[in-house]
Amino acid sequence: MRANALLAIADDELILGWRDSEWTGIAPTLEEDVAFSSIAQNEIGHARALYALAAAELGSDADALAFDREPDEYRCAPLVELHLLDWAHTIARRYLYEEADRVRVAALKQDEDAELAGLAAKIDREETYHRLHAEMWAARLSGEPRFRDAVEELWPYALGVLAPEQRDELARRVGLDVVDARERGEHSEEFAALHDEMTEVRRSAPGAQW
Amino acid sequence: MIFEVFRQEKKGQPFAHAGSVEAPDAAFADAWAREQYGRRGESEALWLVPRDAVHAITDWADEFDLKYRRVDGYSIKERLRIARERAAGNS
Amino acid sequence: MDARTEEFVAYVQEGGQVEATDWLPEDYRRKLVKFIEMHANSELMGVLPEREWILKAPTLQRKLALTAKVQDEVGHAQLIYRVAEDLGKPREQMFADLLSGKAKFHNVFHYPTKTWGDVGVIAWLVDAAAIISQKALLKCSYAPYARIMKKICWEESFHILHGRDVILAMMTGTDAQRELVQEALDRWWGPLMQFHGNPISRDEDPMWFWRIKSQGNEEARQQFLEGYVPQIWELGLTVPDPKLRRNDDGVWEYSEPDWDELKSVVTGHGPRSQDRLDFRRRFLEQETWVRDVLAAAA
Repeated sequence: MRANALLAIADDELILGWRDSEWTGIAPTLEEDVAFSSIAQNEIGHARALYALAAAELGSDADALAFDREPDEYRCAPLVELHLLDWAHTIARRYLYEEADRVRVAALKQDEDAELAGLAAKIDREETYHRLHAEMWAARLSGEPRFRDAVEELWPYALGVLAPEQRDELARRVGLDVVDARERGEHSEEFAALHDEMTEVRRSAPGAQW
Repeated sequence: MIFEVFRQEKKGQPFAHAGSVEAPDAAFADAWAREQYGRRGESEALWLVPRDAVHAITDWADEFDLKYRRVDGYSIKERLRIARERAAGNS
Repeated sequence: MDARTEEFVAYVQEGGQVEATDWLPEDYRRKLVKFIEMHANSELMGVLPEREWILKAPTLQRKLALTAKVQDEVGHAQLIYRVAEDLGKPREQMFADLLSGKAKFHNVFHYPTKTWGDVGVIAWLVDAAAIISQKALLKCSYAPYARIMKKICWEESFHILHGRDVILAMMTGTDAQRELVQEALDRWWGPLMQFHGNPISRDEDPMWFWRIKSQGNEEARQQFLEGYVPQIWELGLTVPDPKLRRNDDGVWEYSEPDWDELKSVVTGHGPRSQDRLDFRRRFLEQETWVRDVLAAAA
């Protein structure tokens, strides 16, 4: 797989992990806080491994790819950039992202690049627990209009995570119709603020060790 | 619901009580306990038991001093000393 | 004191431990809950100074390590609140008392964090001060609390390693990075010296009487100075106390900490006390519906 396509997935995992880590300390219950933080850390771990793979091809390193690109060089899907301040939307995003990622990772496991296929298999094994977590919440909140509304609101964004040919399967799994997706390519204003905060310390001393 | 968490650190070792989590059901208890007691790979296995299912026994009746059931109910030293002396005397 | 309580006191003073289902003297139970509650509140509020730096962490490794550290603190809050709940105080009540100011949390979590230097100093020195107090609880007369302290101390050891690593990276980096560390240390020294509390003698300390703590306040502070001042000095950092020195019999001398500041801060007048409580309150209230849904399912 070409490095650019790899960066898209790595950026998704990094930015979603970054957004999910915003809930550390303020999740609805202490027990969920601990579990949710592990999920965020896993996502960032996946990003790191994917960046490392891309870095080999691009002659860079994982941290440089994660932090030192200009905002418009990032290839993440709009879904992961959204700054979601409430639990219903946050869990709706987790649920939709896990469903989309399941489709994507299944395809990656078949990739002709053995290294990537192997990494995808590792990611998939860890994602098993993310899916259980998302499904457990989705089941518990299925009767809550807040949650259902959030899923519908984020649905076009979820479709934008996947390549067009993968979207029918996602729609089948989630039980919603395919609609116009919020495609990758344009970053929100929120993303510029996110990138700024994410790189603040690093930019204060470029090239320094931390 | 409170779920008691029993933790086995290494294969072969006993499960020891490690704490508890409050969760609405077993699925949540699983998701939450595995991270609280296993995120560093520090546990070989966990048993989650609803608190209501734990039957505690903390009171005992030991009115008649049945010492024979305990190690301190035997005093071997004196008789052993006599037996050894006798054996030494015979050789 | 009645005979039963006298027996209880003798028992714990000889090293005996009690469980949640044992009879506890009312005074013991009250003091124990208050102590445990303050500890739980401190872990919960301790998350707030650090979590903003998760978002600003300058490398992936630092981001992961800091997220894990803060996660541990939330985990500790969970462990400790559970112990207090089993002593009869519901979690919601403890949160309400924290937010109303009726219950307190440790001084260090009322101060701002200003730079990445704070991130290092907190993980290295604030956590070190806390570990000393926590180790003194491993032999607590209340066994459920003593048992969770084992897990807590084990996890805290990772934090100190992480803190030391962050500090060392900066101290072997640029002049500007070294300045960050010194500047943060200058700001944190006062609160650190106040952290272990006024030096009341062990005999006057109810926490010692009931063997909830196995160490007096001054003993803890001396342990902190003995362990960490040499580490600070060997890096070429200075401590903003001209009187700080170790005298010939091994006792550390220092300028009298500002006990008025400590009192003012823990009663909610610290630089960040109110806005952190407001932040906590905002998210707690916002997500009440989630807890209601979970409770309905239980």
